[in-house]
Amino acid sequence: MLGLGRKDTTLFAIVVLVTVLAPFLLNPFPADSAMAQFNSGYPDLMQRFAIYGIFAIGFNILFGLTGYLSFGHAAFLGVGSYSAVWMFKLLSMNVIPALILAVIVSAIFSVVIGFIALRRSGIYFSILTLAMAQMMYNLAYSVFSNPAMNLTNGETGLQVYASDPQYLKGNGPDVTHLFGLQMNSTYEMSVAGWKFDFGVGYYLCAVIMLVAFYIAIRIFRSPFGIMLRAVKSNQHRLNYTGVNPRPYNLAAFVISGMYAGLAGGLLACMDPLAGAERMQWTASGEVVIMTILGGAGTLVGPILGAGFIKYFENIFSKINENVLHSWFHWLPESVQNFVVHVLSPFFGEGWSLTMGLMFMAVVIFLPGGLVEGGLRIGRLFRRRPAPTPDAATKPAE
Amino acid sequence: MGILEVKGVNKRFGGLQALGDVNLSVQEETVHAIIGPNGAGKSTLLNCLVGKLIPDSGSVMFDGKSVLGRKPYEINQMGISRVFQTPEIFGDLTVMENVMIPCFAKRDGTFRLHALESVTHEKAIREQAESILAEVKMLEKKDFHSGTLSRGDKRRLEMAMCLVQQPKLLLLDEPTAGMARADTNNTIALLKDIKQRHKITMVIIEHDMHVVFSLAERITVLAQGTPLVEDTPENIKGHPKVREAYLGEAQV
Repeated sequence: MLGLGRKDTTLFAIVVLVTVLAPFLLNPFPADSAMAQFNSGYPDLMQRFAIYGIFAIGFNILFGLTGYLSFGHAAFLGVGSYSAVWMFKLLSMNVIPALILAVIVSAIFSVVIGFIALRRSGIYFSILTLAMAQMMYNLAYSVFSNPAMNLTNGETGLQVYASDPQYLKGNGPDVTHLFGLQMNSTYEMSVAGWKFDFGVGYYLCAVIMLVAFYIAIRIFRSPFGIMLRAVKSNQHRLNYTGVNPRPYNLAAFVISGMYAGLAGGLLACMDPLAGAERMQWTASGEVVIMTILGGAGTLVGPILGAGFIKYFENIFSKINENVLHSWFHWLPESVQNFVVHVLSPFFGEGWSLTMGLMFMAVVIFLPGGLVEGGLRIGRLFRRRPAPTPDAATKPAE
Repeated sequence: MGILEVKGVNKRFGGLQALGDVNLSVQEETVHAIIGPNGAGKSTLLNCLVGKLIPDSGSVMFDGKSVLGRKPYEINQMGISRVFQTPEIFGDLTVMENVMIPCFAKRDGTFRLHALESVTHEKAIREQAESILAEVKMLEKKDFHSGTLSRGDKRRLEMAMCLVQQPKLLLLDEPTAGMARADTNNTIALLKDIKQRHKITMVIIEHDMHVVFSLAERITVLAQGTPLVEDTPENIKGHPKVREAYLGEAQV
């Protein structure tokens, strides 16, 4: 179906289903229960899941297939955000022109950066991309915010002011919208104790992510995708097989740069503000971790990784000492204080410490990321039934 | 006029004259072996033919066109395929994918952005790949990850990857290096079979005399970067100069 194989169609259908039902699935606890703090089904966070999912899917096309590890992909995210906000400032708050420009501008930037950085491979490629992204960050932060040519508005960040021209705005709304459908509008549904939020913004991000995911599957299964994997496997042999690896690498780099630009544009569509910190190297590092954590080179891995990290960053980080005390209130006070004291570095502000430990564990024990973990668990369950003579004649796949 | 004409090729590495005035003419549809003791310049010569090295002077003409200054992938597109000393394959890919890549290269050239087409719909390419795998008796292993194959199978696979492009010239760099006797004999049988079926011109660089004398129709003996003699295997065997430079040394 849709030009996909049977396995891929199933996978895609599952992802579609999960994405559409996310407002339910991510809010499993009643709104006033103690567990409600683990609910992540509010539009702002779900948008982040989808947007960073797009970012990681794109990154995986470069890193997962060709093995070229870019440490500068956040630069394209930032470029996408700036372009989108400029469209809001110049035209109107409609998201479509903003997203189109975000993709085009990030494509241009990635052609230039990719052309230079891809002259080297391995660690030198990584360092080149890192250097260029940091350069762009500093340009955005200071150089391009001078009064003569204020492209980025420096430290404050680029935003939409009432004095901006907005030539096509007319009577359109002052918030970002899709032909009048406002991004921040939500529909709240209450069922017994549960509350579910359906945001327009989330569903726009979700649909775009699904399209992005579909295109990624097609790329993975195309002759182009095989060539990219051949680059990772043995570039030397590829050269002697009559294939020029360089344009393939550049194409992969530009495609993943466009994905990053699209994600950046969407970030600006959800909140029309673009700051230079979005381009910093920590943001580039984050997408590397998302992809590796989820499973580089796998189809759903990057989405899983992105969701995992964003969940930790937004939910796990809220578990402060007070929450820990309330969890262990049943312990004698001295023991309770001790337990909280031991655990607190790993919770709340210290979420990145827990994240780092998990990342290490995954890299060491599950080199294929969370996807491999899932597959291993799946295999464990499939092996469970004892092999009877009947079963032996029809072995499971 | 041969399909491959090497004229007056010189190559220096610092103070070492690796190739000195090499002339070589390979006729179409023959198997031409290049032999010589270690350091004779065999590999340097081969690397000059495939674009890895550029000679300091001289000319290398293939099929009437110069290969000098061209990139390895351009030379491959002209019709020269190469088998390496240790099999170079795409170890992370399946056997089938390994063979499909040269098919795509042959059809689509050095680059094509076929990012949204499906591999499963490439019927012609799949058939081509399967028929060559059947020929080297690897068809039942087509879904294996090629990295897990035995060395002999890797060699067959690499051979299939070259043959599927129907090259005009196949270069083999010590195709049996490091192989057990049985594997060597299998490779000889495979190469004989290929020679008969495809009528490809082959240039073989080889140490193993058994391989050379069972395959070659012409032999060039290189010593210290210069061709000593070029002749048929029968004449080479008894040639005094060759004995002195190479075979004699081996018999001591």
